Amino acid sequence: MPADLADVPVRDPSPNGTAPSIKITSMDDRRPVADAAPPPTVVEMRGVSLYYGPFRAVRDVDLTIARQRITSLIGPSGCGKTTLLRTMNRMNDLVPSFRMDGTVTLDGRDLFARDVDPVAVRRRVGMVFQKPNPFPKSIWENVAFGPKINGYKGNLDELVERSLRRAALWDDVKDKLKQSGMALSGGQQQRLCIARTIAVEPEVILMDEPCSALDPRSTLQIEELMAELKQEFTIVIVTHNMQQAARASDTTVFMTMGDDRAGYIVEEGDTVGIFTNPQHQLTEDYVSGRFG
Amino acid sequence: MSEQTAGRIDLTRRRPWSERIIESLLFVAAALGVVTTIGIVVILAVQTLAFFQQVDPIAFLTGTVWSASIQPYQFGVLALVSGTLLVAAIAMLIGVPLGLLSAILLAEYASDRVRNTIKPVLETIAGIPTIVLGFFAINFLTPDVLKPIFGSAIGPFSALAGGIVVGILITPLIASISEDAMRAVPRGLREGAFAMGATRLEVIREVVLPAAISGIMASIILALSRAIGETMAVVLAVGTFPQFSFNPLESVQTMTAFIVQIVQGETSQGSIQFLSLFAVAMVLFVMTFALNLLSAWFVRRYRMTY
Amino acid sequence: MAGATAAPSAPAAPRFEPDRMRRKLAGTLFYGACLAAIAILILALIALLLNVLVSGVPWLSMDFLTGVSSRRPENAGIWPALIGSIQLAIIVAAITFPLGIGAAVYLAEYAPDNRITRLMQTNIGNLAGVPSIIYGIFGLAIFVRLLGLGPVLFSGAATLSLVILPLVIIASIEALKAVPQAQREGAYALGASRWQMVKGSVLPAAAPGIMTGIILAMARAIGEAAPLVVVGAATLVLTTPQPFEGGFTVLPIQIFNWAQRPQEAFQGLAAATIIVVLILIFLLNLLALVVRARLSRHIQW
Repeated sequence: MPADLADVPVRDPSPNGTAPSIKITSMDDRRPVADAAPPPTVVEMRGVSLYYGPFRAVRDVDLTIARQRITSLIGPSGCGKTTLLRTMNRMNDLVPSFRMDGTVTLDGRDLFARDVDPVAVRRRVGMVFQKPNPFPKSIWENVAFGPKINGYKGNLDELVERSLRRAALWDDVKDKLKQSGMALSGGQQQRLCIARTIAVEPEVILMDEPCSALDPRSTLQIEELMAELKQEFTIVIVTHNMQQAARASDTTVFMTMGDDRAGYIVEEGDTVGIFTNPQHQLTEDYVSGRFG
Repeated sequence: MSEQTAGRIDLTRRRPWSERIIESLLFVAAALGVVTTIGIVVILAVQTLAFFQQVDPIAFLTGTVWSASIQPYQFGVLALVSGTLLVAAIAMLIGVPLGLLSAILLAEYASDRVRNTIKPVLETIAGIPTIVLGFFAINFLTPDVLKPIFGSAIGPFSALAGGIVVGILITPLIASISEDAMRAVPRGLREGAFAMGATRLEVIREVVLPAAISGIMASIILALSRAIGETMAVVLAVGTFPQFSFNPLESVQTMTAFIVQIVQGETSQGSIQFLSLFAVAMVLFVMTFALNLLSAWFVRRYRMTY
Repeated sequence: MAGATAAPSAPAAPRFEPDRMRRKLAGTLFYGACLAAIAILILALIALLLNVLVSGVPWLSMDFLTGVSSRRPENAGIWPALIGSIQLAIIVAAITFPLGIGAAVYLAEYAPDNRITRLMQTNIGNLAGVPSIIYGIFGLAIFVRLLGLGPVLFSGAATLSLVILPLVIIASIEALKAVPQAQREGAYALGASRWQMVKGSVLPAAAPGIMTGIILAMARAIGEAAPLVVVGAATLVLTTPQPFEGGFTVLPIQIFNWAQRPQEAFQGLAAATIIVVLILIFLLNLLALVVRARLSRHIQW
């Protein structure tokens, strides 16, 4: 456990826990609440197996995601990394044949409990997709969309500006907020998607190979952005790019596909350790490029 | 660990009832379609059965003399059906070649610039109200084109006049659906044939047309259904002389024209003429419905998977 | 030497007779036939437009537009029919807009992928192919008789709505299905409910296609006459039509009435009315283009 955890700024809890509206406090208002230090893990998975109909896509996952760290999921294609990722914000619910065994908790709360609304989950756990998918609306509308549907009561212009700043996009677009979000370059579009995701103040941001459709320069920009964002958000990223995982993440989880075509976790741990001193042969083979 | 943060994140259900209401409203809108179909069938069936109380169904379905307004009443629907089919056949003879050739031109030969001039022509024709085509038939086609050609063999009303304008009417339908079907044929199939030294005509004949055949057949059947159901153009051009004839130069009466005639006349609600309207409409409905089902079946059954 | 049968000669070299000239000629002739087909269509269209213009232009005048039908051609006008058509269009739009889009949204976004849904969709496809005169009979039975509204403008409008509703639904479903799935996922990932996603992301993205479909269906409705004849559009209407009372007439009915009379004057009146209708349809098509361009200014996929 990092020694400086007590100094980590925490978000003010919602006053009565039932109003889903976003309570925005400025950065200055954050005060460490010493007697209610948040747990070091945000998401916990225990015994999770994921099925599409009768086919088991992922088997027996035990995984914890550390708060305000970047965790990367690496492994060969088809081993279920994205399926696992999408479980954390219940996006898999959109597939009718999807089924899950095990438990997934977010801050201690069972994500798949009967009284939990997936819509509410997705506000708390945001997602950035592989191919940037801004709405065919103006840049302003793109960022304001999430807050508006979640009942944001404050000043939207401020929120849009703040979100665009945190996504390192404000300077590029501040004069053309009314222009189409789709007219931006690939890297800018992805930062726009990040901006709109953080505008709803999620706890966790999931990223599904966010740079695979981008050029190297944009990729580095996004990685720099991620390093800044982790001061407030917990980030889980699926990536094919091992150098990216090695550069950018704190914790690495290595998955592969077993003989039964189900994915499973081979090894997880501190990124430096995984890459320089892996415990499993499979891990060593993968990170040295012998397969995948 | 002090105060667990379970209350910090509220994930409980909120406002599902407004979602449910919206979904129900939308479902009602969609269900309207089913209600309409059932309604049409019921209304036609009820009155047709009432008609069959007074007229023998066999005589109706097989008789070739139709005399609804003049005594002695006879209700042989084949007279009307033959009129409809005669007009439709002429329309198909015109529409299918014109439509297919246009489609082939658009899909296989034309550059984008040419397409952008031809497509508007087809779309314009498609957008012309059928009453206008009927006017064209009686105001120009019959007096200035058909009369000079056929002389006294043709009168002011004829199946030919109606058939020609309905043929023009259905050409854009055949053209657009067939063109879509042909454009859907992958480039690779064509290129394979070209690479063997086939001429463009051979590629069209041996590769594209067979591959697109399901769409083309569907378009033809749909066009036939449209031609059978056409009203205003034939009412004006073809006349109201029901007879079992296959002479295109003569005036006949189609099912649709008969319905208009009855409705415009002074027939009372319960009269046999009024009931015959529903019986004829039922025959019309069954024919067009069957053709539409056939067209859809064609698309499903013979769709070539690439 | 004797006894040895001659070795079989090498198989004759395959002989191809490509006959390229004949085949090329066939191709050229075919191409000519295609061109001829288009030429015939263009000629027919030109002949029609000329015919209408030549017969009708002499009869166009302000008095014509604002006057009332009359036994004497010189005094006849189309005002009641014109107002009738415009009122009809407005009511039809008001009915088809919510019903058509609502049904399409349900079928494309909400309906589960099962037999009932497929049945509903096939049913709508079938309804699109039902002759419009059958809808007239249906409208007569339901709106005029069963609901007791009588042969009024609203009955005609309701009937016409049924005629074009399948077209609107089909066009809208296509437009909705063309919206990429990534857009829906993007909205869901921000915590949108299904309706929020549809209303905020999918409908705006599908709006160009939907609006084009509706406007073009309206253009079709303006030209329809057969269902209205059955519903009971009147032949002689001297007053401005009201939606729920009195007789009504529309431009295509007026054309029908006049066109049936052989006198050249009435033919001319019919042609003039046709010109008015064609102008209205043309304006609607123009509107469709403008609306489409406006609504899709942000879309780039």
